[in-house]
Amino acid sequence: MSDLATPSAANDAGNRRFDVFGFLARYGTVIALVLLVVFNLAYTRNFATLQTLNVNLTQVCTIVIVAVGMTLVIATGGIDLSVGSLMAISGALAPMIFMGTIFPVGNIYLAVAVAMVASILVAGLFGLFNGWLVSRFRIQPIVATLVLFIAGRGIAQVMTNGNLQTFRVPQFQWIGLARPLGIPAQVIIMAVLVAAAAWALHRTVFGRSILAVGGNEKASELAGIAVSRIKLAVYAISGLCAGLAGLVVIAINSSSDANLVGLGMELDAIAAVAVGGTLLSGGKAAIIGTLLGALTIQLVRYTLLANGVPDAAALVVKAGIIAFAVWLQQQHRV
Amino acid sequence: MNSARLVRIIGTYGVVIALAALVLFGFLRYDRFLGLFNVMSVLRYNSMFALVALGMCFVIMTGGIDLSVGSVAALGSVASALASPHGIVAGLAAGVGAGLAAGLINALLVTRGNLMPFIATLATMLAASGSALLLAGNQTVSVSYDSGFTAIGQGNFWIFPIPAVIALVAYAVGSVVLNYTSTGRTVLAIGGGEDASRLMGLRTDRVKFLVYVASGCLAGLAGVVLASQFGAGQPIEGVGWELFAIAAVVVGGTLLTGGSGSVLTTLAGVLLLGILFNVLNFENGMGWISLSAYWQSVIRGLFLLVVVLLQARLTARRETA
Repeated sequence: MSDLATPSAANDAGNRRFDVFGFLARYGTVIALVLLVVFNLAYTRNFATLQTLNVNLTQVCTIVIVAVGMTLVIATGGIDLSVGSLMAISGALAPMIFMGTIFPVGNIYLAVAVAMVASILVAGLFGLFNGWLVSRFRIQPIVATLVLFIAGRGIAQVMTNGNLQTFRVPQFQWIGLARPLGIPAQVIIMAVLVAAAAWALHRTVFGRSILAVGGNEKASELAGIAVSRIKLAVYAISGLCAGLAGLVVIAINSSSDANLVGLGMELDAIAAVAVGGTLLSGGKAAIIGTLLGALTIQLVRYTLLANGVPDAAALVVKAGIIAFAVWLQQQHRV
Repeated sequence: MNSARLVRIIGTYGVVIALAALVLFGFLRYDRFLGLFNVMSVLRYNSMFALVALGMCFVIMTGGIDLSVGSVAALGSVASALASPHGIVAGLAAGVGAGLAAGLINALLVTRGNLMPFIATLATMLAASGSALLLAGNQTVSVSYDSGFTAIGQGNFWIFPIPAVIALVAYAVGSVVLNYTSTGRTVLAIGGGEDASRLMGLRTDRVKFLVYVASGCLAGLAGVVLASQFGAGQPIEGVGWELFAIAAVVVGGTLLTGGSGSVLTTLAGVLLLGILFNVLNFENGMGWISLSAYWQSVIRGLFLLVVVLLQARLTARRETA
């Protein structure tokens, strides 16, 4: 941004003063989360129950799944606006396959397997297309992914002719409804995904390359990192995550509405990433932070709703939190 | 430098040529395409988008972005509908005032808070949407039909729809500001290189401030037109408007990196996207094909794709030249 012109003397003097900000920027999300839990324990009735935990976790799951992919994209200095539309595509495609709209299905287990793999892969391919636009043609990520943001939902609507698809297929819906050991299946999926992404980001060459590309693209290229391939990969991963999240959403709803699946998801995911401490300019990423960010936003909303504040007011509060969190990071960076 | 001019020429005239070709196609193919009724309803309906895109165009030329325009328009429509019983002026003032407030918040967050425009306006988008729902009590607010408020959206000035006249005036003003005032030149300078502009002594923060405020006001005005045209303030309308506006600006040949752009080709971009939809309707009416309305967004997306690919090619050529 515009920090280049800051005189270094001011910077030195500022360092001590900004320690508070630094601390808040690093641990602010955790502190906020703890404060929220404490507040709820004190004031919200029936907060410390398994049901509350399950409600909050299941609601936050799809956001986190999408936000994991988004974190990787943002770590390279990009952004992916198309995730909501890709969720709609995978959510539209899967029922068409396992209900036999496209071709007749014999074995339901086989059909469900094909449906899940195919729809996640298709979303991944669209993600790859985003990456191709970004890396091959050097189109700004916000514009490149805007194409599928607009066209993607249209594709899903054209596929289904805008019709609602309803189904009752337990062989498929375990992904959103099953509770092995009392834990919702999508929570397990989310946890595995978060763990895998955190490990990959910090312990693998691929992960370090992502951060390098986001930190300084030219330098990474000169250092021999295959920048284009890294970018292709993160957008493809973001597409795969969106595809998976689309399946979870339609499984929970027992229906798929191309007009609604994933609507506004790009903003929720970006908000979670930003609040979680990932720099939107790239080069630094916190997967666990993204999880905490999504949980914080969700818990704020829950707290307000549980205490009788209307949903619309909760939106305004959410906006304030996002702006404040990013502002805090900005202070740390100066 | 020569191919830089080529970029500008194709950026400028490409969209105009495409627009002319599309209009010619429609004229030759459909009976009533250039009929008074069709032309005027296309203009009336697209004037809201034109207003929003104008503000967006200025913001983008500074290298920023304004994601809040859609929900600010929704907020403006609710505010003006609530004020409409007190007359045209009250409705207009309420809607534009709501937009002004949102624009001020954006401007402060971006210039004082040093937030990235993307995040600042994202936050405002959520806040405006929430405020609109709160103000409206989660439902559409019907406007007063007795105070003359509906004239803004439904009335005619001679044969021209009043909202289209408003949009045209706004574009004329915008064009003059951009090309003939120091503020306008500073807008482009900031997009070209903000640090350099500041070091040259240009008042970059003040101009950025103005740009976001203007975008907010125009979105509010679009909200007034929305409420007046459809007879109701609609708190959940405006979803996706920001992206339509960005698409129109890009199709109009303005680079999203900022530093170059044109107001009038943005208008051409809005009309092109709007008429594309109109042509689709006529084609369906002919009965040869039956594309559902859902194809609209697919086609718009493809269109945007072609334009950005073209832009990328031209920019790449400029860089190597």
